[in-house]
Amino acid sequence: MDIKEIIKPENLVYKKTEFMTDNPLSYCPGCGHGTAHRLTMEVLEEMEIADQTIGVAPVGCSVLAYDFMNIDMQQAAHGRAPAVATGIKRCYPDKFVFTYQGDGDLAAIGTAETIHACNRGENITIIFVNNGIYGMTGGQMAPTTLPGMRSSTSPYGRDIESMGNPLKMTELVAQLPGVSYVSRQAVHTPRHVRKAKKAIRQAFELQKAKQGTTFVEIVSNCNSGWKMTPVQSNIWMEENMFPYYPLGEIKTPEK
Amino acid sequence: MKGNEAIAEAAIRAGADAYFGYPITPQSEVIEYLMAEKPHERTGKVVLQAESEVAAINMVYGAAGAGKKVWTSSSSPGISLKQEGISYMAGAELPCVVLNVVRGGPGLGTIQPSQADYFQAVKGGGHGDYKLIVLAPASVQEMADHVGEAFDLAFKYLTPVLILSDGVIGQMMEKVWLEEQQPRLSNEEIAEKYSWATVGKTKNRERNIITSLRLKSDEMEAHNIVLQKKYKSIEENEVRFETFDCDDAEYLFVAYGSSARICQKAVQIARAEGIKAGLLRPITLFPFPKNEINALTSRVKGMLSVEMSSGQMVEDVKLAVNGKIKVEHFGRFGGIIPTPDEVVEALEQKIIGG
Repeated sequence: MDIKEIIKPENLVYKKTEFMTDNPLSYCPGCGHGTAHRLTMEVLEEMEIADQTIGVAPVGCSVLAYDFMNIDMQQAAHGRAPAVATGIKRCYPDKFVFTYQGDGDLAAIGTAETIHACNRGENITIIFVNNGIYGMTGGQMAPTTLPGMRSSTSPYGRDIESMGNPLKMTELVAQLPGVSYVSRQAVHTPRHVRKAKKAIRQAFELQKAKQGTTFVEIVSNCNSGWKMTPVQSNIWMEENMFPYYPLGEIKTPEK
Repeated sequence: MKGNEAIAEAAIRAGADAYFGYPITPQSEVIEYLMAEKPHERTGKVVLQAESEVAAINMVYGAAGAGKKVWTSSSSPGISLKQEGISYMAGAELPCVVLNVVRGGPGLGTIQPSQADYFQAVKGGGHGDYKLIVLAPASVQEMADHVGEAFDLAFKYLTPVLILSDGVIGQMMEKVWLEEQQPRLSNEEIAEKYSWATVGKTKNRERNIITSLRLKSDEMEAHNIVLQKKYKSIEENEVRFETFDCDDAEYLFVAYGSSARICQKAVQIARAEGIKAGLLRPITLFPFPKNEINALTSRVKGMLSVEMSSGQMVEDVKLAVNGKIKVEHFGRFGGIIPTPDEVVEALEQKIIGG
């Protein structure tokens, strides 16, 4: 089949959602952010709610999420996305509001805003991309960096005695009654991508049903920050990140 | 009514859509009044107690970015915490109203009144090249009047407006006349009126983005030039001040807020002693009435800047006077309120006799 045949509408098997812009992604090749962005936008498209949705971008690698997501968006100060989302949602309870945050943003500087937005049961969706490192600023230790893991600020490996333990924010917020749905997923294989999309869809469906806060963690890689090839980083993620951050549904609404 | 209650009621009546705050003395009556008054039932206004001042100002950011008329209040230590968010809002050109009921500092300081946050209020406060419009009420009536005016200015210039009050004005009780209830805008009206607001991207327009980030330095410089033009336009059009007994004055007090109230009495005492004193009260601290102060140098012999601080506004008075006549500062600070007699004595010693 030549290119002319391939691009015929009847042969089309997949099309980029119109809610992703044509801007080239600024993420490193092999990074999971692009897929996580796309899944979120596909869910909005499939639910036909993109025109009623306001997204909140964090500070970190995904600070420029608004360059790629073709919806109305606000860029929040570092860690403050859940507070910004609260401000929007309280004024527009019938619109859809989500934050898209990394682990430095959500689990370090924004811990208070995250816990309290979840504790109030703000009817928002939090997409949390956890790659165990500060990617944007050049590979420094994150709250989620694994024990012994090297980073530019833990060059000899994370020492639990002096640097503390990795913070499992997802398990933490699952304890809060205001949160109806908590799921941890990944996007490095087609099987994982399908499951992650299902989780994001479930989160937005529950927001639609006004069920309180919904929270989806995506464990991802950072091949640049981890100093690995994309393939190596995915293997390392499966072998090291998944045992510490096990995938699956952590909290689902009580039937 | 107390000043703090008057501004809370006036904000409801001005048609505010939301308030996000965190308790701190001496302004907790604001959120207490709002919670008790149930504005959600009266007008649909949202009131939420946040987990911190930091969260509160970022809730304000979110609501303002979606076109809502939103405000917050705090006192000095809490206002310091809000500076990050205020800088972001100035950068993202978002309208909002912030009330600071100033108490003594630095640090946790004291819960007693002070005017020591002048520099923070008028010189920027947070990081980056920006200014806030700063209104300084001197009565409970002005606490009520300024909130509506502050919202108008915030939306006219798309910038945060700070109401710089103090513990005296916030806590004291005076008679106050309140405006009738103004309607809130509907979501449809907001989408129509504020084309920049993030309310959901419809097919017929590009997406709206609220951000203060411009990674390319030429774009960042261009944005800064736009902001500076805005501040210049504010300086040209929005100066507000009031004068008392200035027509024949030989000596001038310059004072704002509760210090101006004290100076009004000081003018009377001085005049009874045969000193031709007058008072210029800036109502806007940015923009500062510098041209008006400069014009008075042709017939006034000296000026005394009276502040409940160790001397902050006096720098702006000196810049306005530009060396033409003598300018001195008198202040009590750390929560002490000067008496009118002390002020007259300072005028005699520092300006007339000095």
